[in-house]
Amino acid sequence: MSGALLEVNAISVSFDGFKAINNLSFNIDSGELRAIIGPNGAGKTTFMDIVTGKTRPDEGDVIWGDDNVSLIKKSESDIANLGIGRKFQKPTVFEDQSVSDNLTMALRNKRSTFAVLFYKSSQKDRDAVATIAGDIGLKDHLDQRGGDLSHGQKQWLEIGMLLAQEPQLLLVDEPAAGMTVDERNQTVALLKHAAKTRAVVVVEHDMEFIQNLDCKVTVLHEGSVLAEGKLDHVTKNQTVIDVYLGR
Amino acid sequence: MQGPLVKFLIRHPSTLVFLAILACFTVLVTISSEAFGTGLVSTSLVKTLGKTLCLCLVALAMDLVWGYCGILSLGHFAFFGLGGYMIGMWLMFERTRLIVMDTAANALLPMTPQEIQDAIGSQIFGVVGGSEFPIIWMFSHLLSVQLLLVVLVPGLLALIFGWLAFRSRVTGVYLSILTQAMTLALALYLFQNDSGLRGNNGLSGLQNLPNLDDTPQSVISMWFFWGSAFALGLGYLGAKLIVESKMGNVMRGIRDDEARVRFLGYNVEAYKLFIFTLTAIIAAVAGALYYPQAGIINPAEIAPIASIYLAVWVAIGGRGRLYGAVIGAAVVSLLSSWFTGGQAPDIPLGFATLKWVDWWLVLLGLSFVCVTLYAPKGIGGLFDKLQKGASK
Repeated sequence: MSGALLEVNAISVSFDGFKAINNLSFNIDSGELRAIIGPNGAGKTTFMDIVTGKTRPDEGDVIWGDDNVSLIKKSESDIANLGIGRKFQKPTVFEDQSVSDNLTMALRNKRSTFAVLFYKSSQKDRDAVATIAGDIGLKDHLDQRGGDLSHGQKQWLEIGMLLAQEPQLLLVDEPAAGMTVDERNQTVALLKHAAKTRAVVVVEHDMEFIQNLDCKVTVLHEGSVLAEGKLDHVTKNQTVIDVYLGR
Repeated sequence: MQGPLVKFLIRHPSTLVFLAILACFTVLVTISSEAFGTGLVSTSLVKTLGKTLCLCLVALAMDLVWGYCGILSLGHFAFFGLGGYMIGMWLMFERTRLIVMDTAANALLPMTPQEIQDAIGSQIFGVVGGSEFPIIWMFSHLLSVQLLLVVLVPGLLALIFGWLAFRSRVTGVYLSILTQAMTLALALYLFQNDSGLRGNNGLSGLQNLPNLDDTPQSVISMWFFWGSAFALGLGYLGAKLIVESKMGNVMRGIRDDEARVRFLGYNVEAYKLFIFTLTAIIAAVAGALYYPQAGIINPAEIAPIASIYLAVWVAIGGRGRLYGAVIGAAVVSLLSSWFTGGQAPDIPLGFATLKWVDWWLVLLGLSFVCVTLYAPKGIGGLFDKLQKGASK
């Protein structure tokens, strides 16, 4: 390994004078499971926006993979094709289409217009869809409309769509929001399963959820890293306590 | 043996039903026409029906771009009109040439090619005070090239316009306004006498096919009717193939959540550009079939309001379903020509008379509001309810 899978190098970005990200640097190693926590406005979602190409940083660089590609000038779709998948805060699946169509669209296949126009579903693809549907617990819902799924099922479908993309890095924004305790536990298992074969970064508010993930935690505050380490370690950090409880 | 197309039709019986209805309708009109049947359907009605089929085809294009891909283009009638202009140039040139040649045959001295060219020029452009052929008429004597231009000119316009608009991520209502501006700019340009397309006079006499003076209009109108029906059938089948493919899934994805599609790794702009251009070409083909039946095309045809009507037809018919677009275009455009053609009886109200020519637009507007409020899925949505009722 030449180094980290994702290197965030001194990035800064401000919106109308408000510094959302302030000289932020950290690394994600391949195959790592990492949680990012922080109070509201700490820059967690903005960080994801920058990595996935939705927002361009004012300064700094984001370096990806073994070939050390810079991501900051690339389009969202190019970055997705390089192997970074993203799950949004609120579940976004295609409600009008069936679970299997949702997953088929996400499968790692050629994305060019003509390849898609003349795409023929193969046994291999159908098997892949069935496997993923099994992983996310939607095996019996393949023909159901995305919009008819429960909130938790939609979250899983979206994670399933990410898995279908076969990314090397999964960015997951608040996966447990609005879930029942049961669903949360299943989501933890799902993310841990996913992290066996790729890097997963989870942004989450829920401390219990983070506890269950049992991984390295990065605490963001006002756009930069405040603390990093095991959850027990960072929660003992006095500045972290101050930030969370309010000074 | 079952080909893939047969399998496709069996999987999607609604397409089969549509094609069967279209075929029956065509046969019915043929055996009732003046040229090949009882004469129950007059030649002018054949033309109206043929034109309606073309409008259904352009509505189909609108449904693809708006109903499936979520791009509310309010400029697709510009492509329709351009298609008409391209074929109109050949029709007008060739017919005028034949008239000039006829005169030349009776003249004492044979005319030189230059004199012939000048004579055609002054015949066509005399009305706007010119006789020179503008450069855009360079190929007007070649049917094959003009037919190619029917596809190329609107296709290129859509490609360039779409590239600029989609690349800058112009979406939603801003894109709609931009497409309105495009069709308005084109109409205003064509209104000018020196645009090279006869200004507000437009191109006329398009119903007369060159060298077919002995063929009555009743027969020619049937040819165009068949051509329009064939084009609609082919267009419907092609559109169905697209929306049922993975391409259709991506299109619906773009309509419902563009950002998600982008983060899945699809180049959304390329897809939009492809659909925008493809539908512009379908619209242009429909226009090229429409205007020889209408007989005349002028810049007023591509006024911004025409493209808005197109969206209204698709909305009333039910967008996001192909037969909805066809039903909407057929019902509304036929009703429209019935009401505005003076056939609808005026209603005396004592103190005033309800003249449908004036009030039809109010009725259309009201029905659009009603559809938007009470039946967002349009007329096509009624089929869903029927289906649900049947399965209960």
